[in-house]
Order: sequence, then C-alpha cells, then structure tokens
Amino acid sequence: MAGLKDVRIRIASVKSTQQITNAMKMVAASKLRRAQTAIIKLRPYAAKLREILQNLSASIDHSDENVFSQERKPEKILLVVIASNRGLCGAFNSNIMKMAVHFTETTYSQQFSKNNVSFITIGRKASEYFRKRKYNVLESHDELFDQLTFANASILAEKLMKGFAAKDFDRIDLIYNQFKNAAVQRLIVEQYLPIAPPQAMAQSPVARVEADYIFEPDKEVIVRELIPKTLRIQLFKAALDSFASEQGARMTAMQKATENAKDLLRDLNISYNKARQNAITNAILEIVSGAEALKG
Amino acid sequence: MKVEIITPDSTIFTGDNVGLIQLPGIDGSFEVLNNHAPLISVLRKGKIKLINKGEKVEHFFEINGGVIEVVNNKVLVLAE
Repeated sequence: MAGLKDVRIRIASVKSTQQITNAMKMVAASKLRRAQTAIIKLRPYAAKLREILQNLSASIDHSDENVFSQERKPEKILLVVIASNRGLCGAFNSNIMKMAVHFTETTYSQQFSKNNVSFITIGRKASEYFRKRKYNVLESHDELFDQLTFANASILAEKLMKGFAAKDFDRIDLIYNQFKNAAVQRLIVEQYLPIAPPQAMAQSPVARVEADYIFEPDKEVIVRELIPKTLRIQLFKAALDSFASEQGARMTAMQKATENAKDLLRDLNISYNKARQNAITNAILEIVSGAEALKG
Repeated sequence: MKVEIITPDSTIFTGDNVGLIQLPGIDGSFEVLNNHAPLISVLRKGKIKLINKGEKVEHFFEINGGVIEVVNNKVLVLAE
C-alpha cells in the first residue's frame, strides 16, 4: 500500500484538478446559454427568409439561370470544416475530423485521388489536423470564433460565393455539428453550393394561404437579391450551430471529468484512512509489546 | 399595424401600433401605411423611419439592406 504521504499528495492533486474541471464546466455553461440564445434568435430569421424565397421560386422558373444554383459536374470540391479553437470538449473535434476524412475518402474518392479536394477550415483544431496530414488546406479562419458576428461570417460567405461563381469549385459542402441540445450534437454534411433544388426545400409542409403579393421591383430581381442573403445566413447559422455544440460538448465532458474526480477522491480517501489506521495499529502494537516485555 | 424588424444578431424593433414606416427600397424610398396590400420587396443600405400612431416621435434604424414582407397588416423586415 502506498505511503501516507503519497496518498495525501495525490488527494491534493485530484482535488485541484476537480476544481479546474468544475470551473470549466461553469464557463462552458454560461457560454452555452449565450450561444443558444443566438442560434434560437437566428432560426426564425432563416426560416422566414427561406419561406419567402420558396414562395418566389415556386412561382417563377428562372432559378436555373442563377449562377448559384447551376449544377456542374463535380470535379473540384471544397469542404468547409467547422470545428473548435480549443480542446477539452470530449470527442467533439475528433468526431468531426473522422467524419470529414471518411466523407472525402468515400463520396469524393475520385476527386480526392486527383487531388481536387480542397479544405477551408474554421477552428484551430481542424486547421492543425488537416495541415499536419498534408491535406490541401486553402485557408483557415480560426479568428471567426473570436468574434462570431454576422458581418464576419458574411466575409467568408462572399469568398465562397465568388469561388463558386468563378468556377474555382464545382461543389462546396459544409461539415459541422448541428446543435440539438446541450448534450446532443448532430454531425451533418450540408450542400452549400450549388443551392439544393427547391423541390427538396418545398417538402416541408408549409400550408400557406397564397397571398396576392405585390413584388417590388419584380420577382427576378428579388430572387437574385435573396439568394446571396440566404447563403450568408446559412454559413452564419452553421458557425453558430457549431459554436453552441462545442460549448455543450465541453460542458458535458467537464461534468463527467468532475464526477470522475469525485469517485477517484472517494477511493483515495478510503485508502488514505486505511493506511493511517494501519500505521496507528502498528504503533499501538509496538507500545503494547514493549510494555509486555518490560513486565516480563 | 404590427411591425417587426429583425437582424441575424437580434430583434431591433417590435411594435403593435405603428402608423407609418418608411423604407429604403432598392429603387428608391417608399412608405407603408396601415392596411397596405401584401408586398414583398428588397431593401438597400439606408435608414428606416418609423412613427407610432398618435405620436410625433420618429424612430430611426440603420440597415445594410434586407427584405420586407407585408401581409395582413403585419410588416416584417429582415434587415442585415
């Protein structure tokens, strides 16, 4: 059995670790709350925008003319991988890397063998991972999470749209964690460009009374204006989703760590007490046998 | 009429008793009054002016473009 002093030192170290994980849990919880309100506020906005666009594209058939909905043979692929800047959030980052690599090697294996799959990473963990493994990382936007605002996300969205319009890429996909609740994240791959055809979107049963709208100036112009807007929103939403998921994942991971520390502490305390008792018993035994010897 | 102005980051205005709203349309400024017909339009960068019914105070909001939908006396501005 370990000596008394060793056990005491271990107890102290586990205790301080527990304090750290507990503090991190609190921090993640408060960040999560903020991220959650942001994403909840954005969802109706995105939903409304999509609804308007849907209303419009149902009534006109010009969506094919738009550059952003142009289907091309997917030769050059761009994957936007959204992870986190910091670790200690359980399997959050490793899951997303695994998913991205798996996705590249299965769905885009042909393009990948021709070295036509590029990456844009958001989040330091993803940047490091793909750089180290010599994937074709074009850009990293780790700073997005420092100031997660719509304006900053728009800059990146503009860049993606330009790349697509200039035919630098034939297809752009987003890979990120969608926020469900604090404990559950859903890993998803989302087609960003070209825009998924409206049939797919129209499946959601929005029973809407068709109002006789006035369109100002006209439908085509509105659709042309709306599409880049929805794309900007889509990217911003993905980033927000991922950020909220990260905080949720960190909170649960730190909660578990704190609980584990508690279990560990209990075991350590028991062995400490046993060792102490042992030492006392030994000391008493010595005294008693010493006294016996004197009597003799 | 009911007016809601929302941006991706937050809701910047909601009101039930708006008498007039002036918006920077893509082809020039326009106003929406009570009982306007259903309308969808695109906005450019500019200022939204808003006056509550029975009040003289004007409220202003800066936007970087957006979309407006008017239906059933409800005005929804998705600003940027």
